[in-house]
Amino acid sequence: MEIMLNGEPRKISGELTLAQLIDHFELPKQRVAVELNRNVVRRVEWETTKVANADRIEVIHFVGGG
Amino acid sequence: MPRFALEGGIRLRSWKVCVKIESMPDTFLLAGKSFESRLIIGTGKYRSYDEMKAAHAASGADMVTVAVNRVPLDGKTESFLDHLSPNMKILPNTAGCYDADHAIRTARLAREALETDWIKLEVIGDPVTLLPDNEQTLAAAKILVGEGFIVLPYFTDDLIMAKKLLDAGCPAVMPLAAPIGSGLGVQNPANLKIMREQLPDATIIVDAGVGVPSDAAIAMELGADAILMNTAIAEAGDAEKMATAMNLAVQAGRMAYLSGRMPKRLYASASSPIKGAIK
Repeated sequence: MEIMLNGEPRKISGELTLAQLIDHFELPKQRVAVELNRNVVRRVEWETTKVANADRIEVIHFVGGG
Repeated sequence: MPRFALEGGIRLRSWKVCVKIESMPDTFLLAGKSFESRLIIGTGKYRSYDEMKAAHAASGADMVTVAVNRVPLDGKTESFLDHLSPNMKILPNTAGCYDADHAIRTARLAREALETDWIKLEVIGDPVTLLPDNEQTLAAAKILVGEGFIVLPYFTDDLIMAKKLLDAGCPAVMPLAAPIGSGLGVQNPANLKIMREQLPDATIIVDAGVGVPSDAAIAMELGADAILMNTAIAEAGDAEKMATAMNLAVQAGRMAYLSGRMPKRLYASASSPIKGAIK
């Protein structure tokens, strides 16, 4: 299936949870947040939330700003 | 480093300045939290982490802003937040958002990631001036306040909009001095003065547009409760030194405001007695 991850198309095979997706793409886990199709997914729900085809996922962290 | 208390004295060139300000407790209260410093600083545009850390320490600030951004997909897991002093309160912002919906999503993500209800709400109206879209800002503020956020909104220096944002439940308002990153200083001092006089109980934080310490002092002299700045320090030739200067300017401006300035006069008023001068 293909998803949009942080605005970029990414192919994944098999069924993944958000937690597995973060591991798969080696994304940071501390002080980040995940949005699935425009809704925040709480950290405690990463393990139980399945990723589906065409999902739009945003993973954010913090950078310098004013 | 705490607020520049000047307790032990600091050396400015060869003079030792020993101004005791501990006798005047003047804590900055914001949404029930007290801050030692009335300077809030950004974390963008620094040339290195070391420079940023030195500037942050010199500024005396105990709150810093950070921006929300997509995690890069290159496998790097370093966190920018690791370069911030753990003693500083982190205030995430919604920079880069051009409508209320986008800002609300960003705020919710920031809350989830940092476990803070505090958000600097910024909804921009156009990419050239980066001036705020007040209408969208107010719409976002109402929703976020309803969701329990402590919303600190950046907006145009307009009294009526300030009232609406306060009525919406924002604990403070953050009018601009000038466009973001412009360094133009306070463009409409009358607007800030009117806002201060008409909203004596409101917390007013001047956000954006300061270029040099005199700009910061002017904003504080006009009655701002605090100032938020980024570029003026980060783009200074010596960011650490400029941070020290801003720290002092904010305190000087605050003390001047509390002191009550002399009236402006069109004509002279002799300081020395005229009567009794030899003839």
